[in-house]
Amino acid sequence: MHDDKRPGQRDVWITGIGLVSSLGEGLDAHWAALNGGSAPVTDAERFAPYLVHPLVKLNYDQQIPKKGDQRQMEAWQRIGTYAAGLALDSAGIAKTPEILGHTDMIVAAGGGERDFKVDAEILNDLMVSNDWGRSLNERLLSDLRPTLSLAQLSNLLAGNISIVHGVTGSSRTFMGEESAGVDATRVAYSRIAAGQSEIGLVGGAYNAEREDMLLLYALNDLCMTGSFRPVLGDEAAPGIPSGSMGAFLVLESPEHATARGAKPIAKLSGVWSERARRTEDGTVAATVSKLLATAGTASGTAVYSGATGARGATEAEGEALKAAGLPVRVLANRIGHGFEAQFPAMLGLAALSLSHGAAIAAAPTSALETAQVGPLERVVVTSVGHWRGEGAALVEKAG
Amino acid sequence: MAQIHNDKSGRPIVVVTGIGIVTSLGQGKAENWKKLTAGESGIHRITRFPIEGMRTTIAGTVDFLFDERVAAPNLSEKLATLAIEEAISEAGIGGNGDFPGPLFAAVPPVEIEWPERKQLAEQVPNRPLVYHDLLGAAATGKFRPWHQRFLFGSVADALADRFGTRGQPISLSTACASGATAIQLGVEAIRRGECDVALATGTDGSVHPEALIRFSLLSALTTANDNPAEASKPFAKNRDGFVMAEGAAALVLESYEHARARGAKILGVLEGAGEMADNFHRTRSSPDAKPIIGCINRALSDAGVTVADVDYINAHGTSTPENDRMEHVGFAAVFGDHLKNVPISSNKSMIGHTLTAAGAIEAAVSLLTIQNGRIPPTINYNIPDPALPLDVVPNVARDAQVNRVISSSFGFGGQNVCLVVAGEPA
Repeated sequence: MHDDKRPGQRDVWITGIGLVSSLGEGLDAHWAALNGGSAPVTDAERFAPYLVHPLVKLNYDQQIPKKGDQRQMEAWQRIGTYAAGLALDSAGIAKTPEILGHTDMIVAAGGGERDFKVDAEILNDLMVSNDWGRSLNERLLSDLRPTLSLAQLSNLLAGNISIVHGVTGSSRTFMGEESAGVDATRVAYSRIAAGQSEIGLVGGAYNAEREDMLLLYALNDLCMTGSFRPVLGDEAAPGIPSGSMGAFLVLESPEHATARGAKPIAKLSGVWSERARRTEDGTVAATVSKLLATAGTASGTAVYSGATGARGATEAEGEALKAAGLPVRVLANRIGHGFEAQFPAMLGLAALSLSHGAAIAAAPTSALETAQVGPLERVVVTSVGHWRGEGAALVEKAG
Repeated sequence: MAQIHNDKSGRPIVVVTGIGIVTSLGQGKAENWKKLTAGESGIHRITRFPIEGMRTTIAGTVDFLFDERVAAPNLSEKLATLAIEEAISEAGIGGNGDFPGPLFAAVPPVEIEWPERKQLAEQVPNRPLVYHDLLGAAATGKFRPWHQRFLFGSVADALADRFGTRGQPISLSTACASGATAIQLGVEAIRRGECDVALATGTDGSVHPEALIRFSLLSALTTANDNPAEASKPFAKNRDGFVMAEGAAALVLESYEHARARGAKILGVLEGAGEMADNFHRTRSSPDAKPIIGCINRALSDAGVTVADVDYINAHGTSTPENDRMEHVGFAAVFGDHLKNVPISSNKSMIGHTLTAAGAIEAAVSLLTIQNGRIPPTINYNIPDPALPLDVVPNVARDAQVNRVISSSFGFGGQNVCLVVAGEPA
């Protein structure tokens, strides 16, 4: 457990949020959709039998004005670069080189999309070749595009954010599915709290609408198939409902924010990362219980759960959440699961809720989703990776 | 008493107590140091896969660990495992699968590779197949272990299991600066007081056909295939691209106080780290070198030293026309006239560009340089580039007292990281 409460630590404010998902673009659209009682936006046909939450249509020109830049990226990078721009706008630091020049960036990233047509054509060739190594070379040399090679590098989401938005203080990319999102946030938070950094941009993006990622999770039968069923509902672990999303936060020291006249949306009061030995029974539930206890369960606390829907991890998290007895909101039932991007997205929604003084409306799909009584003071965000890694954060009302 | 354990800024001093290295030159520090100071090259013709039609047919692959083809994450994991075993054995801490600190692992991005795709395709009855058909093959359950193997967190996850590091390991990529970033993250965690000990590693075992072709399409690789050992020529006028290579290094990082308290042998000090992102272009540096200059200055400032305190530069020195030119511009701007007094050599002339691992391997070699008082040469330096008037320690190693080194790493995506490494505190 990484202790965030050592003496001499500074507060960390969330001063900007950028969010895009299947529910819409920006904070207002999300707040309206999450409290309007509408069903989640899903698509069970396009990648049948796999269900996804497709991204709302975006006008990328608004955040990535140069078509040339857009062409150098593929969907995952465009989504992230767009959401990062929204976060910088929200914090009021877009196009301010004097601030962006010392803004420290940590991106939680996977990798770029394959060219599915090219891959299929190459495979069809290879299946009839009697010298497949040689045939593979020939096809790759003629069919791969240099721009695609760059679009596939994990660190090029961060690279594109530097190029398009001018964030150049530093640039780090963490990989590793859900935990990448937790640790990116934890390190950005810890650096500011310890005085190693003044302002940071942290977040991630996930494009669910791609067959190579569905394939990776389908290998181990982890995806939600058929029609939409809620996570932590009657069937606790119905499979992962992948969701396209981009989510970035601007984190800032109070001194830095105050000096430029910025106000906090909410306070980030702690981020913890853990790793249960999942080969041993009961370790995941025990780890989640420990994380919840560390974050604290005072009155006015709600839990925003990142339960993925994957078997094993999800039931274990449900057990710990039930024992805690706090009102829970299962975010995968609203925006789907965005792996690296899920934790930053949930932090954004937690901060948004605290700024409204209320948790998002309970949905009847899970018995854990009880009403939030009284003003919302604190949100504990949980992450239990579909395969490895547990984490939590505490977001508190500002001021 | 506490003061001697803190640096000029009052932060805990971070020392190195264990080092491990594997490259195409061999396994272990002793073997690598012997060959690096003898000016030997590890670059050779690729035999791992067919090279017909390739523009570049050479690499610094590590071929002595497996008899058959394995997927890149398997090789990356094996390389890191060997480097970490050597490092923790030297440090005398954290053995038997119980390392008392976090793991920061620079690992290459992972994806399913062609031999796996082909196996999936073989399960598909219809021809021609479309990509969606592969999902049906994946869902047969015949290839379940591939899910875990091809996760982005896969290699670090396996290392965390094996070495019993604390908490969730961090898998990171800052392209060709990744190894240096792993070390920087460990230094920062110790300075914050989060841990007394940390394990930093950089590993790369990803020379496979598509990776080679991707770099080829970016015109980044040398095509000087005829004499592989002479292909990597950093700072030489006839340099024409880098040589892809594999390897790993690991460092045990420790607070000075913790290392002294347990009587550990101190191999060097991680005095400082600096970084600055470049927003000029995806693969090229800003022509004014401002991000490189800023990165070097931030590293010196973080270490609390000046250029006059630097005895040697372990260059990124990839052997591409662009990198080596911009690296000279950057160091010339920061060091001014003093640059002519500071030797600068590139390990990549011998081991090639180990990509994700490079920053870690070169930091490890920088420490060995200080320890041994001997500077590894830049080999294949036969045609000096008059535009880059540098003392590159041409072709032959040199004895010299080296107390402080800057090790630089620059990568695609505007990634720049410099480390300042010094000998044991007086």
